[in-house]
Amino acid sequence: MMTTLFKIIGWGLRGIVVLWVLASLGAEFVAPYKPNDIVGQMWNGAFWQDTSETARQVLGTDQLGRDLLSRLLYGTRNTLTVALGATFAAFAVGIGFGFWAAIARGRIDMACSRVADLIIAVPTLIVTLLVIAAVGPSVGVLVAIIAVVDGARVFRLARLVAMNICAMEYFESARLRGENLRWLMLHEILPNVRMPLITEFGLRFCFIFLFIAALSFLGLGLQPPEADLGSMVRENASAISFGVLAPFFPAAVIAMLAIAVNLSSEALVRAKRRA
Amino acid sequence: MTLLKIDGLRIEVEKDGGWTEVLHGVSLELARGEMLGVIGESGAGKSTIGLAALGYVRAGGRFAGGSVVLDGTELIGAPTAVLEGIRGLRVAYVAQSAASYFNPAHTIGDQFAEVLHRKRGMKRAEIDAKAAQLYAELGLPQPERIGGRYPHQLSGGQLQRAMIAMAMATDPDLLIFDEPTTALDVTTQLDVLGCIRRAMARSGAAGIYITHDLALVAQVSDRIMVMRHGHTVEVAPTRQLLSAATQDYTRALLKGLRSERVEAAARPADERPLLRIDALDARYGTGTKVLNAVDLRVHRGETVAIVGESGSGKSTLARSICGLLPPTGGAMIFDDRELPAQLSARKADTLRRIQLVHQLPDLALNGAQSVGKIIGRPAQLFHGLRGAKLAARVTALLEMLELPASYASRYPHQLSGGEKQRVAIARALAAEPDLLICDEVTSALDQLVAAGVLKILRKLREEFGLGMIFITHDVATVREIADTVVVMRHGKVMNAGSVSEVLDQPDEPYTRQLVEATPEMDPDWIVRVRPDFARVA
Amino acid sequence: MTVLTRTILTRIAASIIMLVLISVFIFFAVDMLPGDVARAILGSSATTEALAALRTKLGLDEPAVWRFAHWAWGVLHGDFGTSITTQEPVTTIISFRLGNTLWLAALAAAISIPLALALGIGSALWEGSAFDRIASIVTLGAISMPEFFVAYSLVALFALNWQIFPPISTVTTDSTFLDRLDALILPAITLAFAVVAHMMRMIRAAILDVLGSPFMVMAELKGMPLRRRILRHALPNAAAPIINVIVLNLAYLIVGVVVVEVIFVYPGLGQLLIDSVAQRDLPLVQAGSLIFAAIYLTLNTVADVLAIAFNPRLRFPR
Repeated sequence: MMTTLFKIIGWGLRGIVVLWVLASLGAEFVAPYKPNDIVGQMWNGAFWQDTSETARQVLGTDQLGRDLLSRLLYGTRNTLTVALGATFAAFAVGIGFGFWAAIARGRIDMACSRVADLIIAVPTLIVTLLVIAAVGPSVGVLVAIIAVVDGARVFRLARLVAMNICAMEYFESARLRGENLRWLMLHEILPNVRMPLITEFGLRFCFIFLFIAALSFLGLGLQPPEADLGSMVRENASAISFGVLAPFFPAAVIAMLAIAVNLSSEALVRAKRRA
Repeated sequence: MTLLKIDGLRIEVEKDGGWTEVLHGVSLELARGEMLGVIGESGAGKSTIGLAALGYVRAGGRFAGGSVVLDGTELIGAPTAVLEGIRGLRVAYVAQSAASYFNPAHTIGDQFAEVLHRKRGMKRAEIDAKAAQLYAELGLPQPERIGGRYPHQLSGGQLQRAMIAMAMATDPDLLIFDEPTTALDVTTQLDVLGCIRRAMARSGAAGIYITHDLALVAQVSDRIMVMRHGHTVEVAPTRQLLSAATQDYTRALLKGLRSERVEAAARPADERPLLRIDALDARYGTGTKVLNAVDLRVHRGETVAIVGESGSGKSTLARSICGLLPPTGGAMIFDDRELPAQLSARKADTLRRIQLVHQLPDLALNGAQSVGKIIGRPAQLFHGLRGAKLAARVTALLEMLELPASYASRYPHQLSGGEKQRVAIARALAAEPDLLICDEVTSALDQLVAAGVLKILRKLREEFGLGMIFITHDVATVREIADTVVVMRHGKVMNAGSVSEVLDQPDEPYTRQLVEATPEMDPDWIVRVRPDFARVA
Repeated sequence: MTVLTRTILTRIAASIIMLVLISVFIFFAVDMLPGDVARAILGSSATTEALAALRTKLGLDEPAVWRFAHWAWGVLHGDFGTSITTQEPVTTIISFRLGNTLWLAALAAAISIPLALALGIGSALWEGSAFDRIASIVTLGAISMPEFFVAYSLVALFALNWQIFPPISTVTTDSTFLDRLDALILPAITLAFAVVAHMMRMIRAAILDVLGSPFMVMAELKGMPLRRRILRHALPNAAAPIINVIVLNLAYLIVGVVVVEVIFVYPGLGQLLIDSVAQRDLPLVQAGSLIFAAIYLTLNTVADVLAIAFNPRLRFPR
């Protein structure tokens, strides 16, 4: 009974999130206004709060009087793109080095693992703050840092699962045939470790997405006037005191996206465990 | 007098969201003091019935019907209090892998004392004295002190004995032995088996001895029950079953590996060997030597068996020949050329000419590749076959291994253990090797399946004139397949020569020990090789 | 020396080496990367003379290795240099702030640990029950929510709607214990929210791992009652992983304070660090980063050492 209810809520939520993401991809056609156009006064309420003639924006306006819904759509796309790019970069780095270390063993493995240990020993946020303090905030820097820092964590997992495959007799057979590194990685290891890596991708993407949102919230992520979810929360934060919901909308979009991704990866894990 | 009566027992396990029956109405009766052997291959349901005697089903399973009555008490559906009063006290369980069934956080002695202390209220000093007595009887070293040790501080054989001692602590009416010696080396197995026999005779307890090895179970049981696919095949007193089995399946098990041996033709004395290994040394890292001055000769068309227990270096030798563990000294000559130590230094053609088949069929095949791709890859890599030619070659290889051609599109998880092992052999043959190394290829297979694989290997050797190195821990398998045999222990060659010379009248002490420890289909075998294990009246 | 002491000492030595490497990284990350400190302070309109004078004053014209040695020597004596923006000694600014941060972290830990233990043990023992499923879904939500969403929701309800707690956490050196508690309830709950969820899930997994072991089956086959199976057979084996999980999450919590401090404008080390990064006050950034990294590393080391110390294989070698 309870579980069925949760299931329905879960699927409903995921459905809404998918529609929202699709809408944000086509923001140019869906959004009622351009993201940086000033279309009203500061902090008009949402349609159910503010029914006056002057406030015709569905979710109201932000601190500069820009349309909140339009900025949310563009912001979702921006934040998602950066998070997805950073996650892919981290996985490219982590899987590449992880598989290599597992196959090569010995000194190469030693060296890669120690570097990963060192990176993991420093909190992600601190590394990021240090680098931003030195070179200033920008999208490229952000993606590069995440590729290295989260890449080290992906490396650990990739190396571990690859080590299990390397201990398999079929992998040894492939080595004894004299297969090259490329074949070993792509044909012997990768197809057999897809599941743990896909699950990790879901979790890691969530972490990175939340991390980028937090950095933007701190004013160190994507820079204005580009719309993005984290900075929208920050810019509108003081609206709460006036009972305006402006900061809640971007925060809720972030939460819903993250919950949907986490729900899906958990469902994946459970399906795998059953099989 | 009947102690245990199992009647029409049915057990189901959860599978793909539904319930599948794995035990289809099995019945048995056990008198006090009687020992019943339960034998069958994997999936026969023998462990399930052993646990049912304790009123227990593994997680994910349930009783679906029938009854288990112990001394007048029904155990199926019995209240927890009743079960807790019986388990450990009147029925005790000895598991296959003692290493994982002992709690790593407590000493052997604490775990021994638990039931006696909690349920009989005995003082710890009394319990320890009793433990020491049992430890001594079971041949554990330092019986007074071993109880103070933790499970990881004991060897596999010692742990197994400690677990038997723990089971016997309360003088139970019934002991369940679930493959208690399967994980042990043959010489250790003989000791543990003897201890079980002696201790059971002394205590007068009844027992159920579960195993897949008919020769083994014949040594300890009064009656034997043969099981297959969750059904009883037949039940008979031990001697009657061995001499006059009524069912085909039992007869096939009894026949075991025995087949008509073909003696290899005498070989000209001056023929140069395909592989010559002289004084080979190897070690892992900077540790002690795992191979110590090993010599080996393999000729074309000859099968050399390497036999030894775990830690003898037999698999290490195979790894060195393959280039996986470069030796630290000695020479390897393959077809009149020096064989480079490092895998990376070997030419593709050398890699092709030496092929290895591994022990565990489940790990031998890449689950993400179809059988056709698995078998076809060496043919593609070494012989450049493509398209229709490759497909034809795969079909031919499958036929050679007596598998249907349609298997090319199957994936490993759709095959049985024996079929997987045949695919692994086909993959090795696809390279068209000169030397085939088989590392315990039949050890993980059920007896009848193993016999089938051995038959195929013999046929292939005759067809292709392959040189073959066959690594095994089992003397019976050696007699089955090999022309010559090398006995190894602690990285050294103890004995070498033709199979009949080395094994039939063994002069060398270790070889004799090994040969004698191999169970034979004869209930008197254990007393013959170890008179000290004769039952006490 | 026993295997146990040797393993632990090796682990600690590795951490010390790592801390040294991290401090090297922290120093050079801000020191060597593009961007001149002197220009950052004086702005682009500064004269060449003024820049040169400041560089000499900051010791920027000396070789990098010498400057690192100088900095590291100071750090070892509790001297982190002088703030560029306020000209005050970094150590003075930081000590008050570090105390505040530890206060917040301690309060959050005091809320999270008992809660996570109760939830984790409960949902492991009643695996698959309604309680377990609901806990699993709720924690999944908690992990997925950004801290500012939780924080602003709490502020909207408890500070603006019902006005029970202040929306901004102001403390000074004169604040009493109760003042602090009042100011810190909302940030501590925000912080605990995600940490409880992480901790609870890991504790649950650790216990389930032990409960699935063959020796638990053996205990049942020996007729031991459930209570004893849990307390005597499962707990000693689950204790080490659980303690490990708790300490690891404390490390996570220490870094998690940064965002929460900014939201509640709480004068802690995290907020200071963010401000310093924005103002490029490099001595402060170095000091703050080093302190956070050191605490994080220490807690991780403690977690590992405890796990080693509880392992019977190492405590009683063969």
